[in-house]
Amino acid sequence: MTQRWQPTAALKTLKERARILQSIRAFFDQRNVLEVETPVISRAAITDPQIESFSTQFHQKDFYLHTSPEFYMKRLLASGSGDIYQIVKVFRDDENGKNHNPEFTMLEWYRLGFNHHQLMDEMELLLSRLMIKGKIKFQRLSYQQAFINQFEIDPFDSDVFQLKQVAERFNIETPQGMDDDRDMWLDWLMVEKIAADFPKDIFTFLYDYPASQASLARLDKEDSRKANRFELFYGELELANGFYELTDADEQAKRFDNDNIVRQQRGQKLMPIDECLLDALKSGLPECSGVAIGIDRVMMVIMGADHINEVISFGDEFSG
Amino acid sequence: MASYSTNEFRGGLKLILDNDPCSIIENELVKPGKGQAFNRVKMRNLKTGRVLEKTFKSGESVEAADVIDVDMEFSYNDGEFWYFMDPNTFEQVAAPDSALVDSGKWIKAQELCTVTLWNGAPLVVTAPNFVELAVTETDPGLKGDTAQGGTKPATLESGAVVKVPLFIEEGEMLKVDTRSGEYVSRVKS
Repeated sequence: MTQRWQPTAALKTLKERARILQSIRAFFDQRNVLEVETPVISRAAITDPQIESFSTQFHQKDFYLHTSPEFYMKRLLASGSGDIYQIVKVFRDDENGKNHNPEFTMLEWYRLGFNHHQLMDEMELLLSRLMIKGKIKFQRLSYQQAFINQFEIDPFDSDVFQLKQVAERFNIETPQGMDDDRDMWLDWLMVEKIAADFPKDIFTFLYDYPASQASLARLDKEDSRKANRFELFYGELELANGFYELTDADEQAKRFDNDNIVRQQRGQKLMPIDECLLDALKSGLPECSGVAIGIDRVMMVIMGADHINEVISFGDEFSG
Repeated sequence: MASYSTNEFRGGLKLILDNDPCSIIENELVKPGKGQAFNRVKMRNLKTGRVLEKTFKSGESVEAADVIDVDMEFSYNDGEFWYFMDPNTFEQVAAPDSALVDSGKWIKAQELCTVTLWNGAPLVVTAPNFVELAVTETDPGLKGDTAQGGTKPATLESGAVVKVPLFIEEGEMLKVDTRSGEYVSRVKS
């Protein structure tokens, strides 16, 4: 008999996890944010070329496990739900490692009338309540400023050749397989140097990403080179991604189509576009901001864990 | 030509990098939630033994190295090559000095070694962790001096020189750790 049957997380950690989930629910209950549940399996799926969905079948038709509950939650918002939150397992194929598990727990919430900075304010309140350690510190840095501080270049005005020069100038390794894709180079400089240099024990909000990485965020009203998307890091560990939400159905449809064009070029599977989400946007999504936080990563921060397995009851299902 | 995609990377996987066979020690996925994924890989060059780090864009394919470990018996050394035989198939291979690194001085005929073959040719020969060898030359033993420290050099039948306690005499069998090159104990006959 092997020891494989045993949980990968200590009981102490599981108790702390339960406490965290309770405080999250209490936090939103106090603020009259409604807890909701939405389908985990659906006909339509995310089109983002960087995210792969697990698929399954029902009556010989393809269905997909959600990678975030975003589309359904937006349909609720458009139907008049008001502020909502959800704590749910989500699934991402091909993501496994010390900071990744193919299934993980996400906290996602939406606030009507909030812009992305107001939502960051609320995230600070929530995280301050969850952390057991005394003082916790936050900083906010724009994506543009981060590149200027680190490399003395404006990421919005730099083409791929300038980004390559930066890598050379700062002695940054070039990963095998890089091509002339500008976003690929921005991502590389981001993870290798900028996030890596974030102060260790504080939370960093990085906001206003390049428009080419808008995902489901609206473009900035004053500067369309940037999108009102943000991420939260603890040290260099990414914890959350949020948007001042795009409400324009036509723009959303264009982004979905463009994702599938990129997928086709890269030889990836084309994904079924969520027409119901587009119809919901057409009928009217209220002005809102939303964010998704990886609860397992938050648990890693709280417990000081080096591997995500240490905070998941059975975290080794996909290893070996 | 066989190859591995980055999502098949795991410890122990053997790859060709810059024409040399390498073995993965550690593979870490680095992926922004909404961005390009990368694999940071730590690996050992099996020819030089050096550890190197390299990053791959996720999804890249890398040529697989046809590298296997086989237990083989040392037969003899003709001054140019070291000959080993697979005791199951009786197949023989000839390893150059460079493949032995430090192993050569620890082995005698019939010693079972791990021979790492790359495309069928010996790449590295690893001696067993512990070997038993006779002392062929050392200063006379000091009777009664079994407790105190103090060491002297002793030449073993395989040619290695190790530090041994003062009471060891020529002709005795010793157990030696080949990784540290240290004397472990006398072997009772």
